[in-house]
Amino acid sequence: MSTRAHLLLLVATVGILAFIINLVRQRQLRAKYSILWIIIGLGLIAFAASPALLDRVSLTLGISYPPATLFLAALGLLFLVVVHFSWELSRLEERTRRLAEELALFRVEVPADGDPGPASGRSAAGPK
Amino acid sequence: MATTLIVIPAFNEQESLPAVLDELRRTLPDCDALVVDDGSADSTAAVARRHGAVVASLPFNLGIGGALRTGFRYAVLHGYDRVVQLDADGQHDPAEVKLLTATLDDGVDMAIGSRFTARESTYDVGRVRFGAMRLLRLAVLVLSGQRFTDTSSGFRAFSAPLVRFFADTYPQEYMESVEALLLACYEGFKVVEVPVLMRQRSAGVPSARNIRLLYHYLRLLIVMVTTAPLRSKRPRATG
Repeated sequence: MSTRAHLLLLVATVGILAFIINLVRQRQLRAKYSILWIIIGLGLIAFAASPALLDRVSLTLGISYPPATLFLAALGLLFLVVVHFSWELSRLEERTRRLAEELALFRVEVPADGDPGPASGRSAAGPK
Repeated sequence: MATTLIVIPAFNEQESLPAVLDELRRTLPDCDALVVDDGSADSTAAVARRHGAVVASLPFNLGIGGALRTGFRYAVLHGYDRVVQLDADGQHDPAEVKLLTATLDDGVDMAIGSRFTARESTYDVGRVRFGAMRLLRLAVLVLSGQRFTDTSSGFRAFSAPLVRFFADTYPQEYMESVEALLLACYEGFKVVEVPVLMRQRSAGVPSARNIRLLYHYLRLLIVMVTTAPLRSKRPRATG
């Protein structure tokens, strides 16, 4: 890669890193979600700053085409991020469902439409 | 005497609920009915309340699994000894609830009302559904080691230990009935089928189309395979 390309990459990465850290500072992004992005950003900065680093790492891993190392790393990290999101989503869905169920049980005693009906007294008493 | 809570999951069932609830009160005067209004857009909740049921209204549609888990939790909170699951569309005969609860009296944890072992039945399920059900039966036979003829029946009775267990763990996605059946077997609860008669739905439309069944079968397959225990547990003591 040319020096200009490396410089471009460096500037872009620093910009994105600053953006993410700013989101965390403003409490719009939870710190736990930022960890992976910050690690990726720091790694990219290292590669951008030192042009020979990518070649050396590729050589160590036995990858003859250095850019392939980047794609491999990108795919691997993106995979981790997406699995993490699926996991969080499952957890959130379960929590939302439980909240809905608890609300329904609460509404037995306090109907939302304000109509206590004939059953409200019985529900508080439980089984006969 | 054991106290029984009839849990009726209802999604837009204002047409069929009055008949079901009135018949319940006539045939089973000492059972309480809880209608879990599963985010209905019509006046299901008001109709149910007017016909003497306790109503738990979910803020949005969770599916039968969520509605049932709400019912189980209500039963635990209010100290009921057993729960009977009954459809709101009138396909289950309240008079046959006693068949299921009588089976629980014999130390069974889950009594499933089966429409296929029935003496005589006018219930017609359609060809695709029937084929799919046969496939499910086979999978359940392999995984649970027990033969069931009607794995997706929504007419079931649950013992107190199973009610407590399901108050926390009842499966949530569509076709949760099969999942629940397997889960109970995996956990060592005693599950038994009881022949019942079923009627055609009195109102409303069936909740899923054949195309979507494929997706749900795939999901169920994954659940079945991934949750199967490596060794089957010893049967639990029932209380």
